[in-house]
Amino acid sequence: MRTKPAKSALRPRYLKLHAVLVFGFLFAPIVVLVTFSFNKARSGTDWTGFSTHWYHALVHNHDALQAFRNTLKVAITATIVATIIGTLAAFALTRFKFHGRAGYNSLVFISLVMPEVVMGISLLVFFVKFAHQELGLTTVILSHITFCIAFVVVVVKARLSSFDNRLVEAAADLGATPLQSFLRIVLPLAAPGIFAGAMLAFTISLDDVVITFFTSGPGSTTLPLYIFGQLKFGVSPSINALSTFVLLFSFVLLAIGGAFSVRAARRGAGAIDATALA
Amino acid sequence: MSVAAADPPPAREQHAHRRRLPNWLKANLLLLPTSVWFAFLLVIPTAIIVGYSLGKRGIIDPVHFSWGHLIWSNYTEALNTIYLPIFIRSIEYAAISTLLCVVLGFPLAYWIARFGGRLRNVYLVLVIIPFLTSYLIRMYAWQFILQRNGLLNRLLGDVGLGRNHEFLNHPSAVILGLTYGFLPFMILPLYASIERMDKALVEASYDLGHGKISTFFRVILPSTAPGLVAGVLLVFIPAVGDFITPELLGGVRTQMIGTTIADQFGGTQNWPLGSSMSILLTAFILIGVFVYLRRVGEEAL
Repeated sequence: MRTKPAKSALRPRYLKLHAVLVFGFLFAPIVVLVTFSFNKARSGTDWTGFSTHWYHALVHNHDALQAFRNTLKVAITATIVATIIGTLAAFALTRFKFHGRAGYNSLVFISLVMPEVVMGISLLVFFVKFAHQELGLTTVILSHITFCIAFVVVVVKARLSSFDNRLVEAAADLGATPLQSFLRIVLPLAAPGIFAGAMLAFTISLDDVVITFFTSGPGSTTLPLYIFGQLKFGVSPSINALSTFVLLFSFVLLAIGGAFSVRAARRGAGAIDATALA
Repeated sequence: MSVAAADPPPAREQHAHRRRLPNWLKANLLLLPTSVWFAFLLVIPTAIIVGYSLGKRGIIDPVHFSWGHLIWSNYTEALNTIYLPIFIRSIEYAAISTLLCVVLGFPLAYWIARFGGRLRNVYLVLVIIPFLTSYLIRMYAWQFILQRNGLLNRLLGDVGLGRNHEFLNHPSAVILGLTYGFLPFMILPLYASIERMDKALVEASYDLGHGKISTFFRVILPSTAPGLVAGVLLVFIPAVGDFITPELLGGVRTQMIGTTIADQFGGTQNWPLGSSMSILLTAFILIGVFVYLRRVGEEAL
């Protein structure tokens, strides 16, 4: 017993140092990137003074603005569709036992682990050679929905697997119709999971480069793809500014999403309380 | 009692009403949209790639496929002396990065879970932020630092160590990028399982006279195995087929399989070869995951 406090007093100090270093490792490159987006110099790493010039230039960069609009169109559409059909699938996979369920779960798993390059190429070949579809915003959206579905299914399933089915039975015993019990019990309890799945789908769609790279055509460039293309011409402060903008956009989304999911979790817990009282 | 006895019939009626549709039908109706979607945009495209991998390279049409004339040589070509080293290199880079993620991530996750105190959620958000920020931009940040006229060379030049070092196009740059990119994917599941771990076990182990190392390998590691298994999969799988990192931080010498596959559909125009590589990579991942989960995962997950 006497040796224990000494041990646990020693451990945290090294662990803390390690933690500080790893956090430094995680954030240093991002800080560097953001800092140099305010550099006056046209190129290189010579710090010649503070300037917001590259942000002003961004506002007049029509290609970047168009790419940003495309990104939003793709991410919003893909998230809505993937969340709806993925949630339905998650319900089926957790609330019913049926033949082929294991196979279906494997299919979801395959779509999760398939390398992005392989999925991108297979979709490209499908659109061009099989569906004879011209590559554009439509093919990008269809592709994004495809890889978002599995993420929604997995997240919603995780939430539903801890679901207490007795609540539905209790509601039925108290005279609730299946629709009522679905709308007033199942859906509020699943809501945080559905929301988390939608958030994940939106973030992944927003950031996707590889699958968009293969399935987009002229005029359907998204913001990450635009940045990827610009990198071929070398590093420039305007890419730093654009990247900073993208990072800021993700942070804001993360904050909004965090606030919402806390509220949704509370409301979900409220639903349990309500049914417990009933 | 008699009231209770009178109750069941309506209840049963209600149940019967609720179950008018058999469960398998309900399940299939709910699954229908996803099934149709996956059939057209996952199964058929994959089947096309399988077919292409058995086709012949063409000039006008990139692939000639015929059932009577399956070409298996695409697979032998994908594993010949040019391309096999690229496969092996990809696995090597991904494995080293996964190991580095464990080494960097485990102590951090452990510290947050056990000693994070009131700020624990803040630290967690600090891990989630890079997890949710663009992978491309985080790799670009490293390109900005490591390139020839980048920040690191400038700083080294300032202290008189020369400013013309080649950091990119080197295996360590790609491994650094992969490790940096996927580290949060390791920390988060590790944190979740360390947090669930019973602290009393660690103390009991100390009380029973085990040292720190013995306690780590006999108590802490086994009870956090589910997080470790999940973390290894979440890092290794995307790392082995990654396309962005070798493209931005690597070069010809550090080419990985993801970029090589993309080349077959871009510049080189050898679709059958690219298809066979795609199938080999996907099969490797699926079989690898299966074997891995069989060997270490079953008791862990």
